[in-house]
Amino acid sequence: MTAQEIHDGLKAKFGGAVLDAKFEVMQPWISIAPDRMKDVAFFLRDDPSMQFDYMMCLSGVDYNDGRLAIVYHLFSMVHRHKIVLKAFCTKENPHVQTVSSVWGTANWHEREVFDMYGIIIDEHPDPRRLLMPDDWEGHPLRKDYKVPEFYNGMKVPY
Amino acid sequence: MGLLDQRFENGNVFVTSLENLLNWARLSSLYQMQFGLACCAIEMMAASASDFDIMRFGIIPRATPRQADVMFVAGTVTIKMASRIKRLYDQMAEPRYIISMGSCANCGGPYWEHGYHVLKGVDRVIPVDVYVPGCPPRPEALLEGIIKLQEKVRNESLVKKSAEEK
Repeated sequence: MTAQEIHDGLKAKFGGAVLDAKFEVMQPWISIAPDRMKDVAFFLRDDPSMQFDYMMCLSGVDYNDGRLAIVYHLFSMVHRHKIVLKAFCTKENPHVQTVSSVWGTANWHEREVFDMYGIIIDEHPDPRRLLMPDDWEGHPLRKDYKVPEFYNGMKVPY
Repeated sequence: MGLLDQRFENGNVFVTSLENLLNWARLSSLYQMQFGLACCAIEMMAASASDFDIMRFGIIPRATPRQADVMFVAGTVTIKMASRIKRLYDQMAEPRYIISMGSCANCGGPYWEHGYHVLKGVDRVIPVDVYVPGCPPRPEALLEGIIKLQEKVRNESLVKKSAEEK
């Protein structure tokens, strides 16, 4: 299926949850409402014409204008087609629904996104940090991140 | 070698100071704590392998800090790892020595500016005896560091706290 057909399929099924899309780029993407992510993901995985059975990548983005996003790269081993989903949220309300129950790969990736960007993954089965220590303050890959002077008595900056 | 210089004629009696004897024994059997953090650990393994063979210096890898005399901090010390290194250091019996191997352990290395997760030098949590520069240092450089540490141990004193400067 082409990206346009995938988009139309999602639009017919979910309507308002499909917010935006761009097709004339190298990797066409569809923007999904962050609070509907799980339903959309289940549909994309299980629908016979979609069958996105493989999540290639899950990344976080800070656009430096108040927006944060999670980007999902999906691939179907059956139909050999690809699509990119984006779930935008704001720094004031950084919540995105988990897809770890759809693709097991997403579990640790979502933990890393939470760790690095502070995007809270709703309904995540294990919402801890992945890389930084549990008592670390702040989310290091945010554009406005400032390194703390001290952590547990250790000086952090050079 | 102070022991052999002061040999008596009949060949069975040696005269040396206790200090010399103890230092010689200690510098010839520096047991290493087996411990690697990043790519420097690969060079450390190369130094342990047959080409460079650090065992000829009396360095034997031990799997527990309680049996070790020297710790090679070989690689990037992340802030998460720093408290573990401190704990391992605390578990080592005195006298204990640290060789900081590579730029990361010395001063943060390539992570000095943007490495929010890297401790800028392991000497911020534990005292370091020898710094080996390089990114990563070749095994020869590590051997040089070991020889420097042996020189330090050779000049140590039973009564004074730290080694005498040469």
